[in-house]
Amino acid sequence: MANLKEIRQRMSSVRSTRQVTSAMKMVSAAKLRKAQDTVLRIRPYAKKIGELIANLMNATAQDEINSPLTKSNAAAPVLVVAINSNRGLCGGFNANIHKRSMQVIDELKAQGKEVRVLAIGKKAYDFLRVRVANVEENNNLYSSLDFDHVNAVADSIITRFVAGDFSKVILVYNKFKSTASQEVTTEDFLPIASIECDQKASNDNYIFEPSQEEIIGQLLPLSRKIQFYQALLNSFAAEHGSRMTAMHKATDNATELLRTLNLQYNKARQAAITNEITEIVGGANALKS
Amino acid sequence: MTLEIITPDKIVYSGQVSLVQVPGTSGSFEILNNHAPIISTLEKGQIRIVEQESQKEYLFSIEKGFVELNNNKIVVLLESAGALE
Repeated sequence: MANLKEIRQRMSSVRSTRQVTSAMKMVSAAKLRKAQDTVLRIRPYAKKIGELIANLMNATAQDEINSPLTKSNAAAPVLVVAINSNRGLCGGFNANIHKRSMQVIDELKAQGKEVRVLAIGKKAYDFLRVRVANVEENNNLYSSLDFDHVNAVADSIITRFVAGDFSKVILVYNKFKSTASQEVTTEDFLPIASIECDQKASNDNYIFEPSQEEIIGQLLPLSRKIQFYQALLNSFAAEHGSRMTAMHKATDNATELLRTLNLQYNKARQAAITNEITEIVGGANALKS
Repeated sequence: MTLEIITPDKIVYSGQVSLVQVPGTSGSFEILNNHAPIISTLEKGQIRIVEQESQKEYLFSIEKGFVELNNNKIVVLLESAGALE
C-alpha cells in the first residue's frame, strides 16, 4: 500500500490539473459560441453569392466564361493549404489534419506532381516542415480572424495562382459539424473547374453593368475568398468544439481518478490506524502477562 | 421593394425601401420600384436608401461589391460597409 503522504500529493496534483482542464473547457465553450455565430452569419452571404453566380451562368454559355481562375498552368506545382491550429490540447483536431494532408501530399507526389505547402497554424507548420520541403507558414491569422485579414491571404494565393505559380490549390481543413464532431475536409480551391448551376435562375433577362465578363471577373475571385474565409471560420469553430470536448473528457477522467485516489487514501489511512491499535493492544498484553 | 445589404460579417440592412442609389461601375444609378432586373458591380462610394415607411434616409459607405435586382428584390453584396449619418 502506497504511503499516505504520496497519495495526498498525487491527489492535490490531480485536483489542480482538473481545475486547469475545466477552466479550458469553459474558455473554449465561450469562444465556440462566438465562432459558431460567425460561421452561421456568413452562410446567407455565401448562399447569395452562389445564387448570383447561378443567375449569371444561366445567362452565359459555359464556354464563354473566360476567367484566369478557371485556367491553370499544368506544369506548376500544386499548393496544399493545411489549416489547423496554433495550439494543442484539442483532441484529434490537429492530428487529423496532419494525417489527411500527408495523405493528399503523398497522392500528389505519386502522380509525379511537385507539391508546395502553406501551413496555416503553428501545429501544421511544425508537423509538416520536417516531412515535406517547401513549407510556408502563416500563423497570425487567428489572433484577429476577420474578413480583411483572411482576405489578404486568399488574395495572395489567388494572385500567385493567376501568375502561374500553382497548377492547383487544395484546402485541407476541419469542417464544423457540431460541437462534438468535426469532419476533415479536402476541397479544391483553384482552379474553378465547373460552376455548378444547380440553382434554378429565376430570370434570364438581366441587364449587366458594365458587362458580363467584367462581373464574372469580379465575382469569381470574391466567391473564392468567401470559400477561403468559410474554411477558416469552420476550422476555428471546429478547433474550439474539439478542445471543449477534449477538455470535458479530461475533466471527467480527473474526477474519476480523484475518486479512486480518495478510496485508496482512506484505505491506507484505515490500515495505518488498525496497525497502530494492534500494536498498542499487543504492547498492553505483553505488559500484563 | 425589399433590400438586403450583406457583408461576410453581418447583415448591414434588411427592410422595405422606396429608393436605392448605388455607385455602379459605369456610373451611379437609382433603383425605384419595378426597375428591370439588373446585375451590376459597384465601386467605392456611397449607397443611399430611403426607407419606405418612415421615408428616412440612410447612407452607407462601401468598398467594392455587387448589386442584384430581380422582381423588386434587391441584394447588395459587399466586402465591407460602414453606416454613415
